[in-house]
Amino acid sequence: MSGVRLLVGTKKGAFVLTSDGARRTWSVDGPHFAGWEIYHLKGSPVDPDRIYASQSSSWFGQVVHRSDDGGRSWTTVGNDFTYEGETGTHQWYDGTPHPWEFARVWHFEPALDDADTVYAGVEDAAIFRSTDGGQSWQELSGLRGHGTGREWMPGAGGMAVHTIIQDPSDRQRMFVAISAAGVFRSDDGGQSWQVKNTGLRSEFLPEPEREVGHCVHRIALHPDRPRTLFMQKHWDVMRSDDAGDSWTEVSGNLPTDFGFAVAINANEPDTVYVVPITSDSVHFPPEGKLRVFRSKTGGHEWEPLTEGLPQQHAYVNVLRDAMDVDHLDPCGVYFGTTGGDVYGSPDGGEHWTAIVEHLPAVLSVEAQDLP
Amino acid sequence: MSQVRTGHGVREVRVVLPAHLRTLAGVHGEVKVAVAGPVTQRSVLDALEGRFPTLGGTIRDRASARRRPYLRFFACSEDLSHGEPDDPLPEEVASGREPFIVLGAISGG
Repeated sequence: MSGVRLLVGTKKGAFVLTSDGARRTWSVDGPHFAGWEIYHLKGSPVDPDRIYASQSSSWFGQVVHRSDDGGRSWTTVGNDFTYEGETGTHQWYDGTPHPWEFARVWHFEPALDDADTVYAGVEDAAIFRSTDGGQSWQELSGLRGHGTGREWMPGAGGMAVHTIIQDPSDRQRMFVAISAAGVFRSDDGGQSWQVKNTGLRSEFLPEPEREVGHCVHRIALHPDRPRTLFMQKHWDVMRSDDAGDSWTEVSGNLPTDFGFAVAINANEPDTVYVVPITSDSVHFPPEGKLRVFRSKTGGHEWEPLTEGLPQQHAYVNVLRDAMDVDHLDPCGVYFGTTGGDVYGSPDGGEHWTAIVEHLPAVLSVEAQDLP
Repeated sequence: MSQVRTGHGVREVRVVLPAHLRTLAGVHGEVKVAVAGPVTQRSVLDALEGRFPTLGGTIRDRASARRRPYLRFFACSEDLSHGEPDDPLPEEVASGREPFIVLGAISGG
């Protein structure tokens, strides 16, 4: 493996950061799509030079771009995300029924085995698939059509499918997470979905353990252990060892178990990273100390990682798609902040440096291994 | 200014786009589009999207086909945003003497 490429989506454009395998020095290319919100960019695991970018704005709506050369040039592809069949309603903020309305793509997940196939998680919550490199999109409507759909509701940031995970050991199995509905699993390639929220507890719900309505912020899976999932929920860090059938809390000694991002070390399936955020009403780290917490035991026991990270006056957030890992040894860990800094650690979190500072607010960070 | 072919019964309409849409369309300055039949908001925008497919969905919402809320349509010092899509645009626009302006809302942040 010759290097690592980070795809960084920000509130005002996209940036491509590249380094060799040592991950000590980085080149910074961008902004691409200057002035547009780039919620997410992600490359194909089949062809790392194939990258999909979600570009949106309140003025001009959703635009999708694709690169076939690692982000050097971009082609506009399809942006028609039309819900299939009857649109139906979900709950609005005041509890009244509200029709599904497409707003934007939050997350692209390229298929594990085909560079032309990519999944899109969108707001209002639904999943779409393209099999022609993003030119056209078809909804996998079994998710939105799930019988609980009318009970889903938006959080303050909207109601979106923000996480899509494909099981590498079973190509028919997929997971999605929705704010604020919860986790759903498909065992038939996305045609039908089952709720997987058993064990989640959300105090903001009138029935804290109800079937749907949980604000799951992010879930992560290690490909070597596909039945184990880690979750950063609105509050609580959770773990499942039965492919989402049940969840147990592993927040342990975290200073706060509110947060957005969660990632797993590529070489150690029990090594997990989160970035605790003060609370649901105070979206910056406790005491203004930017700390990544690492558990080497699959949860419960957490240690702060601070070497190279600002330990005072760091009033920033790390959003759900803004942390990722590479697959080198030792594993590189990366995250971006709403203050516009991207930090990287080439040694599993022991030491951190700011790869680039003063970007627009970072919305997403994806790490690619370059051949 | 981009050039466009016109023929019998086809009007050449000038359109001014916001900077981000000019970038998306890959053009500089005003563009011209050929409009067959009545010159209306709908026919101008149909012609615009026909010539620049990358603009599809960026001015009119794909689901509703309505003007996106943070955009306005101006021409001849008038705000035409609330006109019906099939209302005739002013003759000055239809004749190419005045441009049809797509304008983005001002915003901070």
